[in-house]
Amino acid sequence: MRKTWNIHGGIHPAENKQQSTQQPITSAGIPELLVFPLSQHIGTPATPVVTVGQRVLKGETIASGKGFVSVPVHASTSGEVIAIESRPVPHPSGMSARCIVIRPDGRDEWIKHRGIADFRSSDKAELLSLIRESGIAGMGGAGFPTAVKLSVRDDQNIETLIINGTECEPYITADDMLMRERADEIIAGTAILQHLINPSVQTLIGVEDNKPEAIAALQRAAQGSNIEIVSFPTKYPSGGEKQLIQILTGKEVPSGGLPASIGIVCQNVGTTVAVYRAVTLGEPLITRITTITGSACQQQRNFEVLLGTPVKYLLDQCGYNAQQCSRLIMGGPMMGFTLGCEDIPVVKTTNCILAPTATEISPPSPAQACIRCGLCAEACPVSLLPQQMYWFARAKEYDQLEEHKLMDCIECGACSYVCPSNIPLVQYYRASKAEIRELKQDAIKAEHSKARFEARQERIERQEAEKEAKRIARKAAAEARAAGGASGDKTDAIQAAIERAKAKKAGNAVASTSTNNMATKTSVEPLNSGSDKPLDAAQAAIEKAKNKRAGGGAEAPTRESLEQALASIEKRLNGAKEKLQQAEQQGSDKLDAFRIGVEKTEAKYQQAKTALDEFIQANPAQQSAAPAAEKVKLTGDAAQDAIARALAKREAASTMTDEERLKNAISSIGKRLDKAREKLALAENEGSDTATILAESISKLEGKLIDAQQAFDEYQQQN
Amino acid sequence: MIELISNHPFAAAISALLLLGLPFGALLGFAAVKFKTQGDPIADQIEELLPQTQCGQCSYPGCRPYAEAIANGEAINKCPPGGESTINALADLLGVEATPLDAEHGEENIKKVAFIREAECIGCTKCIQACPVDAILGAAKQMHTVIVSECTGCDLCVEPCPVDCIDMLPIQPTLQTWSWDLPVPAEQLIASDSRDVMGAEA
Repeated sequence: MRKTWNIHGGIHPAENKQQSTQQPITSAGIPELLVFPLSQHIGTPATPVVTVGQRVLKGETIASGKGFVSVPVHASTSGEVIAIESRPVPHPSGMSARCIVIRPDGRDEWIKHRGIADFRSSDKAELLSLIRESGIAGMGGAGFPTAVKLSVRDDQNIETLIINGTECEPYITADDMLMRERADEIIAGTAILQHLINPSVQTLIGVEDNKPEAIAALQRAAQGSNIEIVSFPTKYPSGGEKQLIQILTGKEVPSGGLPASIGIVCQNVGTTVAVYRAVTLGEPLITRITTITGSACQQQRNFEVLLGTPVKYLLDQCGYNAQQCSRLIMGGPMMGFTLGCEDIPVVKTTNCILAPTATEISPPSPAQACIRCGLCAEACPVSLLPQQMYWFARAKEYDQLEEHKLMDCIECGACSYVCPSNIPLVQYYRASKAEIRELKQDAIKAEHSKARFEARQERIERQEAEKEAKRIARKAAAEARAAGGASGDKTDAIQAAIERAKAKKAGNAVASTSTNNMATKTSVEPLNSGSDKPLDAAQAAIEKAKNKRAGGGAEAPTRESLEQALASIEKRLNGAKEKLQQAEQQGSDKLDAFRIGVEKTEAKYQQAKTALDEFIQANPAQQSAAPAAEKVKLTGDAAQDAIARALAKREAASTMTDEERLKNAISSIGKRLDKAREKLALAENEGSDTATILAESISKLEGKLIDAQQAFDEYQQQN
Repeated sequence: MIELISNHPFAAAISALLLLGLPFGALLGFAAVKFKTQGDPIADQIEELLPQTQCGQCSYPGCRPYAEAIANGEAINKCPPGGESTINALADLLGVEATPLDAEHGEENIKKVAFIREAECIGCTKCIQACPVDAILGAAKQMHTVIVSECTGCDLCVEPCPVDCIDMLPIQPTLQTWSWDLPVPAEQLIASDSRDVMGAEA
């Protein structure tokens, strides 16, 4: 007797296996309609390769596998494809999925097929491809594509091949009956698997000790081979892959790892038979052994069922009483799920149809509060802490659940079975596992979306930058064009003036020492009027510059030009002073700038004045009797004109001899007197009230004239 | 030396502290420069928890700005697409109380995906410009369509559509995505009990 190990926890529910082992396996026959879901395995659903109305033969591929983790689907008898449509499929959700519907023609006509006589001479890859194309997926319940599981990497040394004949769940006897009746096929299939994965140490078939007939049959069949049949005490869930590995070898599959990582490959007995049939006989997976049991059926037995057979067809053969049945379960009482309707077909993973009465399996009693008894932790075959995980699942603390290795839960339901409060613990774990998977998917999607969002932002910014760059380039080109057109009659000085004006426009309030007439003005203007008339200012600057140039520029200064300059500076000085005053009143922050402007203008005024003085002294011949004030006619501002004239007069007077000055004074008073008299006449004509004021001023002027004449007389007498 | 210290215990203590302080201060200053953290690590961590729908329902223009705002003290309950799980994760990260979702910014909804009724699409490209993740394909005066796998269900394309041809369709579960629901806790089977439990928990 070979040593076996024990697993933690586990339960001993009533087995209820004897009901369905009384009769041998019989063929269920051909139903009226066969329904083939495209997804009978874990992985990508298969793709239909037949069309509606097409006649198919038994064993013909009706849907091909798509991708690595996928297997094809075959017609289980000959007939006509009548529909490819959505139909209810065996799934806990009760949802519908795409199915191929075939109406059998009753002839059960095989497609041409031929097995491999000597598989040992065949290439491994060829055999794996054959297994895959035969549509074989794990028949123990999970439905993982067998070819994928058998594709062992070269660097993985497989020591042990385990054939799982444990079938630990109550009621189910499909594998038991298979082992009893087809032990030879199992041994032959095991030999093929041995050839494929080449286990270096041992090949074991694990069977619980509640199946003595099966053990005896296997031992008979295995005589003379290196396959060992190992029996061990019955306990649920010994049939779980990882649990069986631990029982037979004492090794534990690491958390999150695969059995192959510790040198073990495990296959179900049903799968082994399917491999044998595919390789030796060339028959794809089109039938399976399914147990029909439960007290609602009069005869409980095992059928060899064509895949796609509706459950109702099988139940009808067993004297099924729908009234008695509390709920129809696909799978066992521990891990199976309730079927929504009886039209659901048998698929590759359907090992049992359970139709219990209400007394047999009562509906779940309402859950009560957890009393923290800890029975669940004792029952857990994976040594988890179900009670802790229950609280975390309720609080949705997924981090904690992962810390507590929720993902290692095999969902065997032992914890729910032992719970005295009837808490459906395993449901919490199933829901939480799904939620965690979804959150991980969401996180991946979020990362992806973020990358796309950032790429988009970057692209938009780049496009903006490009647009801006183009705009600037266009602007520069336009300016260059404009400058090129203007250079025909204007010199650099004008260009410089434009640029200066622009600089001022930018709001630089400090008056520059530019010789441009308008420089100060343009600097003051934007401060007061804002920058809404910068274009005008610039144009004015250009005009002034032009005038100035036309007016002399490089020529030697004339008295006229100097006087003109003096007058204009004077005018600017007054303007600037005015602005300064305004700014002082308003408390403007540009005060300093104004002050500097005023000071500079004053300095310039002094300069201009001295220049004029020097000029006059240097060119006395050009002295004109006419007052310099006459020349100052640049502006229309009468007051400023008057000031300028007065200043010019004073200037002129300072250089005159006394005689001339007196003469001038007399003539000027005489002129004023004449003008005043004219005005008086005008005012008298109009009847204005200014007449009396004018008369007064006339009398004063007359007095002045007399004074001046007297002074002149005295002067002449003295000389 | 010892005599000097014992004669001036106060001055000695201060000078000893100063002598200690100088090298440690220098060390800290050096470390502050040498190991200076680039960017805002808290905002980065927060951003990782946000669903990246870029929907703007939090009133910030995208997930990154909201993450930065949270790092600066903004409330954590303004993200409807993230819902309760995101709020819990943020609360864990920041060590604050998890608060219920702020209804002002929308309700946590089932996941949706945009769908363009292509027969009605006039090809204006307005939705394409609105989509934050470039999940809409099309060109001017050409029919547009949504790349479902890229759509975050943010709703931003619905508003600009001049012909209202965009629907937000809930994502239907498939056999692959279907999952069990969490069972109703035993204590909440009876309505009056459930209130008490809620009250006790709150």
